[in-house]
Amino acid sequence: MADQTDTGAAARRALTLLVRESGRDVLATLTRTTGDLALAEDAVQDAVVRALELWPRDGVPPNPVAWLRLVARRRAVDLVRREAARSGKEDAAMDRSTEPDPWSEPAGEPDPSMVDDDLLRLIFTCCHPSLSVETQVALSLRTLCGLTTTEVARALVVPEATMSKRLTRAKEKIRIAGIPYRVPPDHELPDRWAAVLATTYLLFNEGYAATTGPDLVRGELVDEAMRLGRLLVRLQPDDAGAIGLLALMLLQDSRRETRLGADGELVLLADQDRSRWDGAKITEAVRLVGDGLRRTPDRPDRYVVQAAIAACHALAPSYAATDWAAVVSWYDVLLGLDGGPVVRLNRAAAVAERDGATAGLAEVEAVTGLDGYALWHATRAVLLRRLDRHAEADAADRRAAALPLNDAQRRLLQT
Amino acid sequence: MPQYAAILYSLDVDWTLPEYGETTKAYMEFGEAAAAVIRGGAALYPTSTATTVQAAEKGGDAITTDGPYTETKEALTGFYLIEAADLDEAIRWAAQIPAAWDGGTVEVRPVIDFGG
Repeated sequence: MADQTDTGAAARRALTLLVRESGRDVLATLTRTTGDLALAEDAVQDAVVRALELWPRDGVPPNPVAWLRLVARRRAVDLVRREAARSGKEDAAMDRSTEPDPWSEPAGEPDPSMVDDDLLRLIFTCCHPSLSVETQVALSLRTLCGLTTTEVARALVVPEATMSKRLTRAKEKIRIAGIPYRVPPDHELPDRWAAVLATTYLLFNEGYAATTGPDLVRGELVDEAMRLGRLLVRLQPDDAGAIGLLALMLLQDSRRETRLGADGELVLLADQDRSRWDGAKITEAVRLVGDGLRRTPDRPDRYVVQAAIAACHALAPSYAATDWAAVVSWYDVLLGLDGGPVVRLNRAAAVAERDGATAGLAEVEAVTGLDGYALWHATRAVLLRRLDRHAEADAADRRAAALPLNDAQRRLLQT
Repeated sequence: MPQYAAILYSLDVDWTLPEYGETTKAYMEFGEAAAAVIRGGAALYPTSTATTVQAAEKGGDAITTDGPYTETKEALTGFYLIEAADLDEAIRWAAQIPAAWDGGTVEVRPVIDFGG
């Protein structure tokens, strides 16, 4: 009985994913042909809802994307006519309906490379720098991952009405302010692509290390970020940043099952049950790290380097047997690319493992600018305790506990 | 003859919506009455469509932020009406305005086309 329910749930999940991914492809193309993201999204949403009603009953059509495309396009035409009738602009709608390009596209399937181009355009629109980062994340979940507004609101722990308003405003801004639906020109591409990767990683972290709310790992967000990461690699297969980001997410996610104890408390890397790490994800990621490094021999991409550090941990048989010298040298490479204080703190923690607590503590205390960062105080506390400086360690712990953290991090610091 | 900018502060709403038709009509009437002295002007979409633009130096890349300019220590010191194919092009021009790279900020907002 339980098996049957599980099979049913798995089938529903598979169907939902198929509908979401097909719907995303249809949305990307329909946004180009209609020139209106909000309209295209309404039309695709309608087609998706009908697919989720009909397909479980009647079976999945032989070509799901073609089915969704047809239903969504008809719906888009309906919506335009209805809007025209409401605003008394039937003539304009008639004119539009006779335009050969957008509305009477040949019935055949668009070229897959064309769909990929459309997806890239959609990605750049959703991650446009004139939108706030929160909006980019929400919009990416809605359009690139195909979540409903309700699901986006739940995933980001925002009231549904607030999320609905935020998404509507974003689509209005895209339309009214004229945020373009295209791949940026070459000279702007590196920065814009970096922003796309950053938004994707933010989405992952929002799920993986949720800073608010009762659940430390919001699994669905992690899954969506990983799917988005795979899409980015598919669309830009030669890009070291996309490869490195996917590797980094895979490596962090390979530890998902062991990061939380039975009571939802955070388990540190040193104490995690390594036999339960996901070997398939680690293998895939290590291969990606090698690939990413080969593509940028002169100046490695920062995601690739971060993934290389994570790979050192993933491949170590135990915490004690970790190759700390390798970890520290990767941090040195990373410092050359990104000299931020958090990177320096992490390097200092690795130095403590390689050279002992005294050397590590000196490095930690040399990092300035992290007085408001709980993990700086917590790292100091750990090293002070190893040196039997308990009073100072307790004081550092109290400082850490007073700073913003999610509930599980807080419980860990209090134990 | 000297020229003056009349800068409007009013409700932050979408003035193309039918419920503001009365006010829009009043603006049209003013436009006709003052046609002899008006040299240009525009109605703007609400601040939710705004993008603020700065640049670190002359010729520097645009640094954009969602939303209107909210600091109060600077004052409104002028405006340009720019015709551009899309927001990216408008931002590229905005970043070259001295205010954008000389410590100030430029806010880019789409202009309403009343179809006149």
